[in-house]
Amino acid sequence: MKRVSHWLVLVSLAAGLLALGLGGPAGAQPQKTLVIAIGADQTGLDPQTVQNNESGFVMSTIFDSVVNYKPGSSEVGPGLAESWTVSADGKVFTFKLRRGVKFHDGTPMNARTVADDLDRAINPNNPCYVLARKGVDTYDDFTFGSVTDNTVAKMDVVDEYTLRFTLPDASAPFLSSLAMTWQGIMSPAATKQYNCDASQHPVGTGPFKFVEAVRNDHITLDANPDYWGGRPKVDRIIFKIVPESATRMLMLERNEVQILADVPPSDYARVQNNKALQLYKQPGLTILGVAMSNDLGPFKDRRVRQAMNYAVDKDAINQGLYAGATTASQGMPPVLWGYNKGVAPYPYDVARAKALLAEAGFPNGLSTDMMVYANPRGYNPIGGAKLGEAVQGYLAKVGINIKITQYEWGAYLDRFRHQPWEGFAITGWSGDNGDPDNFLGDLFEWDIAKGRARTNNTSRHHDPAYDRLLRDARRTTDQAKREKLYEQANKLLHDDAPWIFMNHTNQVRAARANVKGFLLNPLQMFFHMELVSLE
Amino acid sequence: MLKFIRRRLLQLAPVLLGVSVLVFFGMHLIPGDVAQLLLGDKGTEADLQRIRHQLGLDRPVYVQYVRFLAGVLRGDFGISIRTRQPVMWEIGQALPVTVQLSLAALVFAVVVGLLIGVLAARYPRSALDTGSMVGVLVGVSMPVFWTGILLLLVFGGMLGWLPLGGIIDGSLEYRRITGAPLLDGLVAGNWTIVRSSVRHLVLPAVALGSTAMAAIARMGRSTMLDVLGLDFIRTARAKGLAERRVVSRHALRNALLPVVTLVGLQLGLLLSGAVLTETIFALPGLGRLAITSVLARDYPMVQGVVLIAAAVFVVANLLVDVLYVYLDPRIRYE
Repeated sequence: MKRVSHWLVLVSLAAGLLALGLGGPAGAQPQKTLVIAIGADQTGLDPQTVQNNESGFVMSTIFDSVVNYKPGSSEVGPGLAESWTVSADGKVFTFKLRRGVKFHDGTPMNARTVADDLDRAINPNNPCYVLARKGVDTYDDFTFGSVTDNTVAKMDVVDEYTLRFTLPDASAPFLSSLAMTWQGIMSPAATKQYNCDASQHPVGTGPFKFVEAVRNDHITLDANPDYWGGRPKVDRIIFKIVPESATRMLMLERNEVQILADVPPSDYARVQNNKALQLYKQPGLTILGVAMSNDLGPFKDRRVRQAMNYAVDKDAINQGLYAGATTASQGMPPVLWGYNKGVAPYPYDVARAKALLAEAGFPNGLSTDMMVYANPRGYNPIGGAKLGEAVQGYLAKVGINIKITQYEWGAYLDRFRHQPWEGFAITGWSGDNGDPDNFLGDLFEWDIAKGRARTNNTSRHHDPAYDRLLRDARRTTDQAKREKLYEQANKLLHDDAPWIFMNHTNQVRAARANVKGFLLNPLQMFFHMELVSLE
Repeated sequence: MLKFIRRRLLQLAPVLLGVSVLVFFGMHLIPGDVAQLLLGDKGTEADLQRIRHQLGLDRPVYVQYVRFLAGVLRGDFGISIRTRQPVMWEIGQALPVTVQLSLAALVFAVVVGLLIGVLAARYPRSALDTGSMVGVLVGVSMPVFWTGILLLLVFGGMLGWLPLGGIIDGSLEYRRITGAPLLDGLVAGNWTIVRSSVRHLVLPAVALGSTAMAAIARMGRSTMLDVLGLDFIRTARAKGLAERRVVSRHALRNALLPVVTLVGLQLGLLLSGAVLTETIFALPGLGRLAITSVLARDYPMVQGVVLIAAAVFVVANLLVDVLYVYLDPRIRYE
C-alpha cells in the first residue's frame, strides 16, 4: 500500500504541475505594455561602446542625444539642446541645452554633466576613455575625430546650459553624427557607479527607463513620466528576444507581441492579408552593389563599368532573388536628403552594354574574377554568393566570363579590404548618421591629403570633380546649399559607375493594427517611441 | 569511495587541457582576422590595429594560448569579444537555464520512460505494450528540432495553451537569484514566477526529453522482462508477496542498473540537444550562447562555453558512477 501511495503522489504532482502550467494567461500585466520582438539580444546598452542594431533599438528608447532626429526622418532637430548655432567658418558649434531635465537617476542634465559623459570620447586622460577599452566598438572617433591624428574636437562648457564644440576642420555632418543613438548621453553618475561600464545598467534622459535585462530573453523598460518631450503613451516596453522568425510571426498573430522588428519577405502577404496586422515598409538606409576595381584591369575604363550596369536586370533580380524586398539603386538611397530625383537606375539594356564594351575595345567580351561571401548581411539578406551567380549569368550574355571564388566572411573582409584585388566583389553599406556624406564620401571619395582611397572606398574610385563637390558640401553649413551639392555629386557618381549599383534593402516592420503613432525612421532605430500608443 | 571521486576529479584536468588545445587552435585555424570581423565592413586601419593590439591578436598564437591558459587557471576566461562582459558572467547567465532545462527533460524522460517501460513489461504483448512501444519507436526516431517545432505549433500556435518560447514573462520583474527562474521563484516563494517559468518550461523539456524517454522506456521494458523471468521473482511470488511489491521492490531495483547507465549516456545527448531546443524555444541557455558566439567568432566565449560544457559532462558521468554504488551494493570502488 505504501508503494501505491508513492506512485499516487508522483502522478498527482505531475498533474498539478501540468494544471499550473496550462491554466490561463500569465499574471496581470500593467495597463499598457508594448512588446517588440527582436531576433538577437543587445550586447550592451552604453551608447558610446556598441554599434549593433539590437543594442541601438533598445538604446534609442532610453537615451537622448545632444540633438535628435526628427520623427520619421534623418534630418536633425532639437534634442537635449533646444537650439544651436554654427560659426561662419563651419568649425564652431554652440548648443543651448534644455533647463529642468533630469537623468533617470535624478542627476540634473546640464552642460557640465553632458560634457562629463562626452569627455569619455575625446579625452585620453579620462579614466573611462572609451577607446582605451578592450576591443570596443565605438563611433566616438567617427563623430569627434581621432586623438592620435590630432583631429579631435575641442569641447567647452561655456555656462551651465551652453556647450561648445570646436572642430579642426569645417564638417557639416558633425551635427548628424551627434544625433546618432551611439552618441546618446549617459548619466555620468551611472558611469562612475559602475566603474566605467554601465552597459548593463543604462541611465539616460529618454522617454523610457531601464528596468531589467534577462540575458537572451528580454529587456524591460518603463515609461519616464517626466520626459521633456511629453509623457509616453504606453506604460511599458518589453523587447523580447526571439531568434526564430516563424515563432516571431506566430507571436504577433497571437498578440503576444505587438511589433516585429523585421519581417522576412515570405511573410509580407501573411501580414497584409490579416486585418489585425499592419506592414510598415520603406527603402532602407543601405546600399548593395558589385564593386569593380576602378584602378585595375578593364574597369579603369568607365564605359566598361557603365556597360556592366546596363547588362544586369536589377528589377528581375529584386523580384527573383529578394522577393521584391528591395528597391533598385541609382547609387544613393532615396530616403536620404540630397538624393537626385532626376537620376534613375541604369535600365536593363543588353544592346547598349555590348555597344559600350565594343567602344572600349572589348567587342568579344573579357574574362575576370569575382569574390563573394555566403553569409547574409543587413544590406544583403540573401548573402553574396547567390547575387554573384545571378550577376555572372547576366554578364555572360554580353561576353563577360567570370570565375567566382567564395570566401568565408572573415577571409573575405581581409582580401576585400586589405589586398589590391582585381575584377568584381560583392559589397554594401549600412548608413551611420543619415548624412549624405556618409554614403557619397565614405564609399567613393579619394583622400587627397593621403593620396589614396578612403578606407571604405574599396573600389578605389577617384574623380577630382566629385571629390571637390564633397569637400565643398562638408564646408557648407546651409542645409539647402548642401542638398544641391550632393544632388550634383549623386549625378556624377551615377555616371561614373564605380559599382554595379544593385539595390537598397527595404526596412520592413510589422505591428498590430491597434498600434498607433509608430513611424519608421531611415536610421532604422526605435526613435520617438513616446508617440506610440495602443488603442 | 572518496579516493575514487578524488581520482576521477583529478582526471578532469588532462581532459580539459586536451579540450582547451582543440578549441583554441581550432578557433584560430578558421580563416579571417577577428579584429576585422569585429569591425565588419566599417572602421579604419587605425581601429584595426587598436583592436588587434587590445585583444592580443598581434602576438604569436602560442603566446596567446599560454596567456589564455594562465587566465583560466586563475578562473579568468577573459572578456567576450561580442559583448565585452566577462566570459564567466555570460556563462553564469546561461548555465542555470540549461541546467534547469536538462534536469526538467531528464525528470520527464525518467518518470515517463520508466512508467511506460514497467507497465509494458508487466503486461507483455498486450495492447498497452504494443501501443506504447510503437509510440516510443516514433519518439526515438524523431529528432529534437522536429519534435520541438511540432509541439510549438500545436500547443503554442494552434491551441495557444502555452507560450511560444522564452523563459519567463517579461512583465513580471523577475529578480535573479540563481538564474534558473523556476528555482528562483520557489526560493522567493513567488508563485507568479513559478507559474510563468513552468509554463515556459513544459514544451522544451518534453521536446528535449522525448528521445531519452523513448530510449529509457525500451530499455526499461526489456530489462524488466528479463528480471521478471528470473528465479527470485518466482520465489517472491511463491511466498505470497503482492504483485505490486514484487514489481516495484524486487524487480524494478534490479532492472534499474542498465537504465541508469543509459541515463548517463543520455546526459551527453541532452546537453547537445539543448543547443537546438534552446534555439527553437528562444531559451537563453548555454547552447544558444555557444551558437551565437561561434557565429560571431567570439573565441574567448566559445573556449569558455566548451570548457564548461566538457566539465559538466565529465562531472555528470561521475555522478552516474557514484549512483551505481547506491543502487547495487555489490559495486565497490577502490
